[in-house]
Amino acid sequence: MTASRSILDEKGVSRTLTRMAHEIVERNRGTEQLALVGIRRRGDQLAKRLAAMIREFEGTEVPVGALDINLYRDDFQVRAAQPVVRRSEITFEVEGRIIVLIDDVLFTGRTIRAALDELNDFGRARRIQLGVLINRDGRELPIQADYTGEYVATVPEETVVVLVREIDGEDGVSVERKPT
Amino acid sequence: MNADETPRLNRRHLLGLEDCSREEIRLILDTADSFKEVIERPIRKVPALRGKNIVNLFFEPSTRTRLSFEIAEKQLSADTLNFTASASSVVKGETLRDTARNIEAMKVDCVVVRHSASGAPLFLSQCLERAVVVNAGDGAHEHPTQGLLDLLTIRDHMGRIEGLRVAIMGDITHSRVARSNIWGLRTMGASLVVCGPPTLIPPDLEATGVEVTHRLEEAIDGADVIYALRIQLERQQGGLFPSLREYARLFGITPERMAHAKPEAIVMHPGPINRGVELDSAVADGSRSVILDQVTNGIAIRMAVLYLLNGGGEREDA
Repeated sequence: MTASRSILDEKGVSRTLTRMAHEIVERNRGTEQLALVGIRRRGDQLAKRLAAMIREFEGTEVPVGALDINLYRDDFQVRAAQPVVRRSEITFEVEGRIIVLIDDVLFTGRTIRAALDELNDFGRARRIQLGVLINRDGRELPIQADYTGEYVATVPEETVVVLVREIDGEDGVSVERKPT
Repeated sequence: MNADETPRLNRRHLLGLEDCSREEIRLILDTADSFKEVIERPIRKVPALRGKNIVNLFFEPSTRTRLSFEIAEKQLSADTLNFTASASSVVKGETLRDTARNIEAMKVDCVVVRHSASGAPLFLSQCLERAVVVNAGDGAHEHPTQGLLDLLTIRDHMGRIEGLRVAIMGDITHSRVARSNIWGLRTMGASLVVCGPPTLIPPDLEATGVEVTHRLEEAIDGADVIYALRIQLERQQGGLFPSLREYARLFGITPERMAHAKPEAIVMHPGPINRGVELDSAVADGSRSVILDQVTNGIAIRMAVLYLLNGGGEREDA
């Protein structure tokens, strides 16, 4: 049986993202040269929402891109099934920008490593920062978040499940324990 | 992790489209669609196949297919080696089996093979224990990556494949391109009509549900896709039609004949074109022609096939 505990509900996700949007603008003193890049498939949805919030309270348009990091994975040779490769969409000039990478969960750090490599192939950003909705322990690489929505203490057997309404029909974060 | 990450190719080699399922073809087309974005980047290279060795084994002359595979391999960061028949041990009489054993001994991961004998890739795949085989055209049998890039081009332009009427013109008997297209299009739900001189159409084709006509206007009428095959001059020694001029007069696609087509119909050709024979220059370079899109899509399709076949650990059928 799968045990589940809730971390954030719909309201909680919304409040957390609102705070992160403000932190991003505050830390960068505005939105000059700022761009958000979400990691597929849920990070890009979160990035779009953060950009919409910034538009609301700051009145400026921050470009949003999306990365699919599957072609940059380091576990490609050991995974049993190939993940579906989706398009990366970076329609703005990366050169000289401040890019905030957005993902749903920061865990081993390997996804972010892949995203940094891929982003570099689009151009040399002036600065790259990382924002994650959920930060959990288990890093396998020296990578850390600049903006954290919620820190969650977990054990390795647990999975963090993030739902976003654009894909899953509802917002929410929970921790599930897989049956062993 | 997520249920939406499960589709996969359930095969070790790509030898033909005859036994490919609709789901497999859709996965390849969707993956190729993502690779089209990679081709547009400032740095057109992804590290997905880093450390993989791919050998392009061409026993038959080919420029564009080999180039297209090579570009695809390089953009996936694979290490590629080219082996062409005239420059190889084939002239010294080495058998295909020996070639295969040598390839295995050299720890090659993937072999892209073109051969004048139908079934050569299948034979090779049976000799190899570890390496993946991709058929780049075998005799008059199949040319699966050409069939796939044609499917992708049709889907790009028409928005779908199912329910379309596709007319294939020319030498069906000797064409591996026609065979791969017929299998692929049938699986994806298109209806097919083929047109050519009776001597160039296999007699039992109608039994497979393909419509056959010998009048070009009948084929073009109502077609969404008009696919002209290359008259392979090198395979026409047997006198299967009287002359090129007569062929062009009866089966050549001209602007006048295109007047019978639907206004939104597209014209395709696998290249290289015999201009003025199967295809008039005005049609080949006209606004309905998607021939150069086929070439670009070829790279994306080959990247997708190589990526899907060379990735991952165990497969269900392994």
